[in-house]
Amino acid sequence: METNSMGFPILSALIFLPVAGAVLLLLIPRSKEMLIKAVALSVSILAFIISLPLFSGFNKATHAMQFVERQAWIPTWNITYYLGLDGISILFVLLSTLITILSILISWESIKNKVKEFYISVLIMEGAMIGVFCALDFFLFYIFWEAMLIPMYLLIGVWGGPNRVYAAIKFFLYTLVGSVLMLVGIIVLYFHAGRTFDILDLATRTYPYQLQFWLFWAFFAAFAVKVPMFPVHTWLPDAHTEAPTAGSVILAAVLIKMGAYGFLRFSMPLFPEAARAMTPAMLTLSVIAIIYGAVICLAQTDLKRLIAYSSVSHMGFVTLGIFALNTQGMEGGILQMINHGIVTGALFLSVGVIYDRTHTRQIADYGGVASVMPVYASLFIVFTLASIGLPSTNGFIGEFLILLGGFTANQPAGVLAATGIIIGAGYMLWLYQRVFFMETNAKVTGLADVNMRELVTLLPMVILVFWIGIYPDTFLGFMHESVRHLIERVNTGGAPGATTIAKTVSEILQ
Amino acid sequence: MNYYLLIPFLPLAAFLINILFGKSLLKENAHWVAILAVAGSWVISVATLIDVMGGKTLNQDLYTWVSSGGFKASVGFLIDPLTAVMLIVVTTCSTLIHIYSTGYMHGDNGYYRFFSYLSLFTFCMLMLVMANNFMQLYFGWEGVGLCSYFLIGYYFNKKSASDAGKKAFIVNRFGDFGFGIGIFVIFLTFGTIYYEPVFSQAGAFATKTVNFLGYDVHLMTLIALLLFCGSIGKSAQMPLHVWLPDAMEGPTPVSALIHAATMVTAGVFLVARCSPIFSLSETALMVVALTGAITSLFAATIGLVQNDLKRIIAYSTVSQLGYMFLACGVGAYTAGIFHLYTHAFFKALLFLCAGSVMHAMSGELDIQKMGGLKKHMPITYWTMLIASLSIAGVPGLAGFFSKDEILWMAYSGPSPVGKLVWLSGTLVAFLTAFYSFRLIFLTFHGKFRGTHEQEHHLHESPKSMTIPLMLLCVGAVASGWVGIPALIGENLGIHNYIAEFMKPVLGHPEGHGTHGEEMMVMLVSVAVGFAGIGLAYFMYMMRPDLPGKLATQFSGAYKVLFNKYYVDELYSAIIVRPTIWIARNILIGVTDARIIEAIVNGVPSAIGGFSRQLRKVQTGFLHHYALIMAAGVLIVMGLMLMRSW
Amino acid sequence: MVPLNWYLMLSAAVFSIGVFGFLTRRNIIIMFMSVELMLNAVNISLVAFSHYLQDLRGQVLVFFIVTVAAAEAAIGLAIIIALFRNKATAHVDDMNEMKG
Repeated sequence: METNSMGFPILSALIFLPVAGAVLLLLIPRSKEMLIKAVALSVSILAFIISLPLFSGFNKATHAMQFVERQAWIPTWNITYYLGLDGISILFVLLSTLITILSILISWESIKNKVKEFYISVLIMEGAMIGVFCALDFFLFYIFWEAMLIPMYLLIGVWGGPNRVYAAIKFFLYTLVGSVLMLVGIIVLYFHAGRTFDILDLATRTYPYQLQFWLFWAFFAAFAVKVPMFPVHTWLPDAHTEAPTAGSVILAAVLIKMGAYGFLRFSMPLFPEAARAMTPAMLTLSVIAIIYGAVICLAQTDLKRLIAYSSVSHMGFVTLGIFALNTQGMEGGILQMINHGIVTGALFLSVGVIYDRTHTRQIADYGGVASVMPVYASLFIVFTLASIGLPSTNGFIGEFLILLGGFTANQPAGVLAATGIIIGAGYMLWLYQRVFFMETNAKVTGLADVNMRELVTLLPMVILVFWIGIYPDTFLGFMHESVRHLIERVNTGGAPGATTIAKTVSEILQ
Repeated sequence: MNYYLLIPFLPLAAFLINILFGKSLLKENAHWVAILAVAGSWVISVATLIDVMGGKTLNQDLYTWVSSGGFKASVGFLIDPLTAVMLIVVTTCSTLIHIYSTGYMHGDNGYYRFFSYLSLFTFCMLMLVMANNFMQLYFGWEGVGLCSYFLIGYYFNKKSASDAGKKAFIVNRFGDFGFGIGIFVIFLTFGTIYYEPVFSQAGAFATKTVNFLGYDVHLMTLIALLLFCGSIGKSAQMPLHVWLPDAMEGPTPVSALIHAATMVTAGVFLVARCSPIFSLSETALMVVALTGAITSLFAATIGLVQNDLKRIIAYSTVSQLGYMFLACGVGAYTAGIFHLYTHAFFKALLFLCAGSVMHAMSGELDIQKMGGLKKHMPITYWTMLIASLSIAGVPGLAGFFSKDEILWMAYSGPSPVGKLVWLSGTLVAFLTAFYSFRLIFLTFHGKFRGTHEQEHHLHESPKSMTIPLMLLCVGAVASGWVGIPALIGENLGIHNYIAEFMKPVLGHPEGHGTHGEEMMVMLVSVAVGFAGIGLAYFMYMMRPDLPGKLATQFSGAYKVLFNKYYVDELYSAIIVRPTIWIARNILIGVTDARIIEAIVNGVPSAIGGFSRQLRKVQTGFLHHYALIMAAGVLIVMGLMLMRSW
Repeated sequence: MVPLNWYLMLSAAVFSIGVFGFLTRRNIIIMFMSVELMLNAVNISLVAFSHYLQDLRGQVLVFFIVTVAAAEAAIGLAIIIALFRNKATAHVDDMNEMKG
């Protein structure tokens, strides 16, 4: 067994601690609700604390996997239990552990039935999410990937809104159809590469272009649904709208990042030639998603649906950045994934706060909330501004780098995507106006402002919004090396000698 | 030299203190923090100006803000003559307006909030003018836009106010769209977004063309025009001027500070700052000059017929901003900045006087319902009169010098459209004088036309408001004396100090004209100014029946002007409503519901339907199954037999 | 010696009777007996081949089949009785609950 530099299987601990917590919850009698919540919260906080050394112990000077754990698992099929983190995945692990705490906090009072099962689902969800970001063996990855579906399906289907069953099944089927194609791709890859599931090993080989092409689209099916890219986005509004607050938050903050993460971890290093060749198609889909998602937001009457569609638009920026295939675009894309997790997660948390009080998601039922709940209004404006990419908030850094990268790669794509920012300002400010400004709606008079628990839930997000906005280097620093390595891999088409040959040729010519 | 850092960060500190503790601790004392901070900034700015006059400049990074691959941007400061002048303009106006606000906003229940926004605004504006790279400029640019959004929508329970705030932000985003792409092109061209290397290398690209969206365009023209898009939005030029008049929904000190003296002039500052780029493109300069000329004329004509006290001044601002662009467009950046600087004083003064009038009239803004206020509020009257004389270009006052400088540069400069814009500028000078004095006469002279109750309440404003008025009045008179043209100053031994001061940054174009021509230009501009005042006196003092008659006689033209050329209606009809209609009826109604969802829901339901058909095979009768089984066996046997043959 | 073919023909004849009976009759008991007939036809073939090939494994298999058939008959009859108690009929056309 290979252990990591810390001499402690930190990633396994992170994955299985929440699962163990879930098992512990099983043992607690269902009548002791307070105890259940307390255990769930402490487990999630413990997981967060364990994840902090990752942040400090990470070596930013290398693109190699760190905190690696490797253990033969099913030797007959050459399946290993293989975990590790690099500059691309590390931030998502931290995001997952943080978001879980906040999801538990925000559900404290709003979840009233099947409390035990709810927290079990959330904790299992956390384990699976971290597993997805850490797994370096395709088989293991696929297990975590599918394992995430179940708790999410339950979260939406059991604790959701009136139309929850439809939304849950839609979410499940959509994702499953994509995943199955990816499974086929994984198996093809397994046999083609001589029976190995080792992602890092697979990512150093060269595959025939035809194979790359088909596998790219097989993986695309799984990742595009998750992102979600246009035109496979329609599960998202339903899922977000019907899910309970915690479900929406996890979905927005972490789950839909898996798609874009998949592009970075698999599609690009495995199929660099295909990725390069498919860039125009990907950029087109991204731009359509940006504009389509933004324009459609203008016509929404439901708070959560609006934010869900804005996710489509924002994730369009992410895929645009990633497929710009240059440093600014890719780093911006990764950062924007984190940003979107923070901002959209925070927006859903905020909507949850007010939904707990009014039990309506209709924008028309609000108005003048700023005079009733001033603290809440100021928190919400921070997230609104971050969402529209105001400088000094995190959204700006991400969007700016993405647009810069996108514009460098493809001028029309960059210019068209930038219109998404105008429309973005339009729908978010209009939303803010209709909810917080104007005359106070009778339905919101006398609402209590945010309480301590809600404030504690939202404050970390506010801090992160400004931290990334003002000093993004803390976060960008993690990814420089990994992104550089990835871009090198994509641009040399998987032939390790190509760069050196090109260099020699140019030197001779000079 | 690091005490310069305090200039922007003092107001930031004030903002943080006020927003965190204003509600619970400071309450009615919130203004102290804000005023002390901004006054501190003012003192340091003055010290800075003195340093800069002594020849010092500063270009220093505080820390690296963003770095990714070859892209790097930092929070950094550049202090040169242009910055120094802007610092003085911003901190002076800001300080006086802070003081004024203590009186104007007294008793408002968002007192602390108001002052924290003002501090935040001051911070962002200072970051904007002190930036040493385009990214930080953009930070300040959007930051002041945000504060403008907050402050316009300060009375957020009013729908019109929150609408106006939103409109300002979104319209500005249209401009920033171009601005942002401009920054991208700069980065791709120069590989950096710092002023110093960009401006020093710009010359090397003077003749280069690039492919932009499939067209071959002159690189410097492209960059200049993209940056100018940002200016158009922020400085409310045609066709993005629509937000500024609506912005008058904000409290009046805000209109004075943000929508007259400082933020809206950021566009002019941007053009002046990027003068090394603009100067390389004749096309871009021409566009700037014509945009300025058209906007100034356009806004001035609207200003002629409006009845809303603040909106008249707002249109006047749009018009004067056009003047500044006109100056930049003919290459006379110094004249543009000079006008920016004098304008800040007299326009802020006009707004603050308007605020004082509003204060007395309990919020009434319709000048048709005023009149005769002169005797009730003498300080307001005299200061506003002086500001109006200044804007009308009466010799000796600030507005005269800067306006004359612009007109002379337009007339004599090398610009191909110079004579044309000079003509339009002169016409605008006439219109400006006319509407400014229409305002004065209708508001302060004649008989009071409002209700008795209002008349009873008329009073002069408190000291906290009148003292800033008087101080600004000094500026409106004297601020022009630093730019006395050689024609007059030569004999008196006075230099054109501002032109000399700015020369290292903005250059100083030499006019090609004789003294005689210069005298002619000056006399014409003075003459049209007096003509405008005279006409206003004739129409509103001597023949008050005349305006109404003219309005009915030329009702078509009057209507068009009164409705501001229907630009708002046009935008609503071609941009806003179609977009929402498309969103509602095409994207949600057709694409999502009928195409994507049809497939998503259609495939499962097709499978379900097929299954429903298929299950009919299961009859439930045992012998059916047996028969099928037997038939199957026979068929399999038959096939095997056939194969063996 | 009786030739192998004769046994096989007997087996085929018995099997066909079983099939015919199963398909044509509606009484569940008779159908059940037809199934048994088919089973035993197969047993005949197995024993015959076993003898012909001099391999005892065929006869061992037959013992297994007989054992299983006995158990199956017991369960089958039990089901039939249970059905008869519920439905008061042994006619298969009356039993179509498994219709899709």
